[in-house]
Amino acid sequence: MDLITNLSIGFGVAFTAQNLVYAFVGCLLGTLIGVLPGIGPVATIAMLLPATYALPPVSALIMLAGIYYGAQYGGSTTAILVNLPGESSSVVTCIDGYQMARQGRAGPALAAAGLGSFFAGCVGTLILAAFAPPLTELAFKFGPAEYFSLMVLGLIGAVVLASGSLVKAVAMIVLGLLLGIVGTDVNSGVARYSFDIPELTDGIGFVVIAMGVFGYGEIIGNLSQPDDEREVFTHKVKGLWPTKDDFKRMTPAVLRGTALGSALGILPGGGALLAAFAAYALEKKIKMRPGEIAFGKGNIRGVASPESANNAGAQTSFIPLLTLGIPPNAVMALMVGAMTIHNIQPGPQVMTSNPALFWGLIASMWLGNFILIILNLPMIGIWVKLLKVPYRYLYPAILTFCCIGVYSVQNTTFDVFQTAAFGVIGYLFIKLRCEPAPLLLGFVLGPMMEENFRRSLLLSRGDFSVFVTRPLSLGLLIAAAVLVLIVALPSIKAKREEAFQEE
Amino acid sequence: MRIKSQRDFCSGVLFSAFGVAFAWGATTYNVGSGARMGPGYFPLIVGVLIALMGVAITLKALSVETEDGEPIGRIAWKPLVFIIGGNLTFGVLLGGLPSIGLPSMGLIVAIYALTFIASLAGDNFGWKGVTALATILALGSYLAFVVALKLQFQVWPTFIAG
Repeated sequence: MDLITNLSIGFGVAFTAQNLVYAFVGCLLGTLIGVLPGIGPVATIAMLLPATYALPPVSALIMLAGIYYGAQYGGSTTAILVNLPGESSSVVTCIDGYQMARQGRAGPALAAAGLGSFFAGCVGTLILAAFAPPLTELAFKFGPAEYFSLMVLGLIGAVVLASGSLVKAVAMIVLGLLLGIVGTDVNSGVARYSFDIPELTDGIGFVVIAMGVFGYGEIIGNLSQPDDEREVFTHKVKGLWPTKDDFKRMTPAVLRGTALGSALGILPGGGALLAAFAAYALEKKIKMRPGEIAFGKGNIRGVASPESANNAGAQTSFIPLLTLGIPPNAVMALMVGAMTIHNIQPGPQVMTSNPALFWGLIASMWLGNFILIILNLPMIGIWVKLLKVPYRYLYPAILTFCCIGVYSVQNTTFDVFQTAAFGVIGYLFIKLRCEPAPLLLGFVLGPMMEENFRRSLLLSRGDFSVFVTRPLSLGLLIAAAVLVLIVALPSIKAKREEAFQEE
Repeated sequence: MRIKSQRDFCSGVLFSAFGVAFAWGATTYNVGSGARMGPGYFPLIVGVLIALMGVAITLKALSVETEDGEPIGRIAWKPLVFIIGGNLTFGVLLGGLPSIGLPSMGLIVAIYALTFIASLAGDNFGWKGVTALATILALGSYLAFVVALKLQFQVWPTFIAG
């Protein structure tokens, strides 16, 4: 069977001593930094990206995948222990996870999250391996018009999930598109919006925006709050393992979460986040057994299911990235950045031109999940100690890493100054309640969108109807329109707001 | 006319301003036509689009009632100035500033400066703690980034390292 041969190629690549070490180091570093409050996977990857520059591409990607999983798991850990979601998709985990921690049941909560994630990760990897080749076939049928429409769908999908105002989120995407345009135009060689600054003709760096807007903006925002609002964990973690009863409850929840997460993750546009919310909503709908703790009060199902869904979704969200080259969320956008730094253009051609890399990466995902579970379950006590580092020592350290990280991308201090500017902008976004994640997606997709937009119109000789006369493209645009309508409809709008606020 | 959401009003105005600026900038490049787009075509469309969205957000901020007027709130100048200042100082010290004749001071000095300036952004500043932190960070970064990862950094000031 193809699947098995392919996977064995992958494991052959991943199971070299060198790559195993990189996967392990990646997981460890990812968890170490991801567990720091306020640093989500995006910031973690951005920060650790330079650490992979010197490695060969396969090892670098394997290490990055490890960092990604580590960071994500670290995010769940802080969500449970200190009620601080490291990223948007672990927001749901906070609800019941933190309640469990307050009752001294942080151990079972962390174990449920870990085991659920591991199971979901395994299933997700299999799905990824099985569905990536057929989807790649489909990808070759895509012309520029289809790509453009798919990106529109992906961006709209991302907006649907952003909390807060819809128009503002769309505006943020478009702003991202504009920022992506800065730099030399590939077709004409004209330097656009570079104000005669030589560094700007290469465009604005992704890491610069990610660090400035997410890292700096967040730190300034945190510091502007009084000390006592930044709650620090003081409760003792007792008992690591869930009881028999816990297992009985969480097993079906994990299965449901995994199924939901795998399906939703494939959708371009923040699948993992949607999956976590949907899984939690589903669990709430399922009838309670007698004597079960209510949701929001520390129900283990409320941790296990969204965590599994989140991880399964994270896994399957590699599908649009690896097959179409379209990053479905901000973290994946960073992975694209990382790949291009290593001279790999993500897209359907990766699988055929570089099978060792493609399957090696997939195998290393499973490996990453496995390493995580070994790493984390016995080490929960240590993570808790890390959380006790006072914020006044933490943020200068974060800043230092940001500065070094940004500088080392291109060895230029201009990027460091640019990051400062985006830090101010990031704080502005926080003050104006503008979600920065859509901006980042737009920024990454901007150049790609323009390119495909131009090509489609060039092929159609300036006829705009090309986007609606090609069936695939039309289908994608209709899907995007339906998404907008769904969100804009008053009844669903109210539900969506409820979903974001009640928790 | 009363502003019903301060936050949305400001975002809307800013979005519009950005959009107009970009669209205006786009017209200085060759715009071209649909079949043969110049470098200005796409930015022009996108710029106009965002300007329109900005207008929509502004209008909404003026018409839709909110509970508390959604004020922007106090700007945290202290963290803002010290965090950004620390970053700028880091850049200047690491790379030097040829225009005023400042030579590169290297990574170690830059990390110390960044840590001290950034620490001023918080509420409680203690010389001992911050010095210890800066030393740990400088040493750690040196070992991790220069020794282990072999990234290219000027570690010491030029007048020492030459």
